[in-house]
Amino acid sequence: MKKTALILLFAGVLLSGPMCSSGRTASWSGVDETVIEKFAENAGRPAWKPFINTDQGDLLLFVFLLAGAAGGFAAGYWFRVLFPPRRKNAVCPELVEGSKGGGPPGHNGKMIFKS
Amino acid sequence: MIDKRAKTRKAVTPAKAGVQNCLRSLDSRACPGPRSVIRGNDEIEEKGGTTPLFFLFLVVGLCALPAPAFAMHISEGILPISWALLWYAVALPFVMWGLLDLRRRSEEAPWFKPLVGLVGAAVFLISCMPIPVPSAGTCSHPCGTGIAAILIGPGLTTVVASIALTLQSLFLAHGGLTTLGANIVSMGVAGAWVGWGVFTVARRLGIPWITAAFLAGMLSDWATYATTSFELAAALHGGGSLTTMFSLILLAFVPTQLPLGILEGFLCAGVLKFVRSRRPELLRTVPAGGAA
Repeated sequence: MKKTALILLFAGVLLSGPMCSSGRTASWSGVDETVIEKFAENAGRPAWKPFINTDQGDLLLFVFLLAGAAGGFAAGYWFRVLFPPRRKNAVCPELVEGSKGGGPPGHNGKMIFKS
Repeated sequence: MIDKRAKTRKAVTPAKAGVQNCLRSLDSRACPGPRSVIRGNDEIEEKGGTTPLFFLFLVVGLCALPAPAFAMHISEGILPISWALLWYAVALPFVMWGLLDLRRRSEEAPWFKPLVGLVGAAVFLISCMPIPVPSAGTCSHPCGTGIAAILIGPGLTTVVASIALTLQSLFLAHGGLTTLGANIVSMGVAGAWVGWGVFTVARRLGIPWITAAFLAGMLSDWATYATTSFELAAALHGGGSLTTMFSLILLAFVPTQLPLGILEGFLCAGVLKFVRSRRPELLRTVPAGGAA
């Protein structure tokens, strides 16, 4: 419960940015625009257009969506390999009341299931 | 009674099964299954598995926000060609060393490649994740190199950061090919080595691992932006003072990166806490007893 509240608070702080922009002078530009490119232009080195310019209309949103989907799929795939989903009925003998133990499941590759 | 579900369970690929068996055999401390308590025939599940899913949704949701962010990456053409080449030359040995490290460590542990794949995807997602900072009215992104360096080492973090930065510069109008070397040095080299170094030193000093992870995440983020400031100042200060320009650029980053660095510290500590509770054996290679 405490963990969920913390996560919700964290998400709320993150998402409060775009939601509270009305009436503010904030442009929500990236710091590359507000810092890096500003200093570069002052020094006479304006940024070039990208070689593959996807920054045209909604094209950039599309490629970001693709990148997010591909990255999310890869992350999810490897996550499941490394952190297999927990089975509801798999039990750890050490946690069974009255059990003499015998080592946690997974040591010998055998899982104990409730009948 | 033999569980019929065990027989009808979906078959896993040999490679995947090998990794999972290897992980099981390494696990000497914790039960990888759910923390369930059996009282008679009643089962009570103590911990749910929804937190990772929530984080996944959060990351995907933030990536899908309709405001593509451009942040620490130095844009195409900003650096003069001599400086661009110099930063490529600086980055190259680190990338080569990281590739050799991947080969060596993959031979030692079969679960290492999946871990690198997961960390690489996470670094890619995190480094194109726009986070609005209400106090500054701008957006920027964390780097993810602090936690990556703790989990897979600084050399491999350079490799995964290089891949992420190359994809972003090619297809996401994020960074640039001429500035790729400089971006690798700031995010993949400085961020990774500072994160790894801070964590190692903090653990050797006896600082609790969660505090060490927080410091590593926060300082690796700040180191990335400090290096970016230096790269820009070195190339663009012209006849002026390098120190003055470096300080000006660094100060301009502060309103956005100060809170984001703290956020990255929490992210780093949270991820390490999760890995430590679910798969502590993945932290066996972490320096200075990260799994302890």
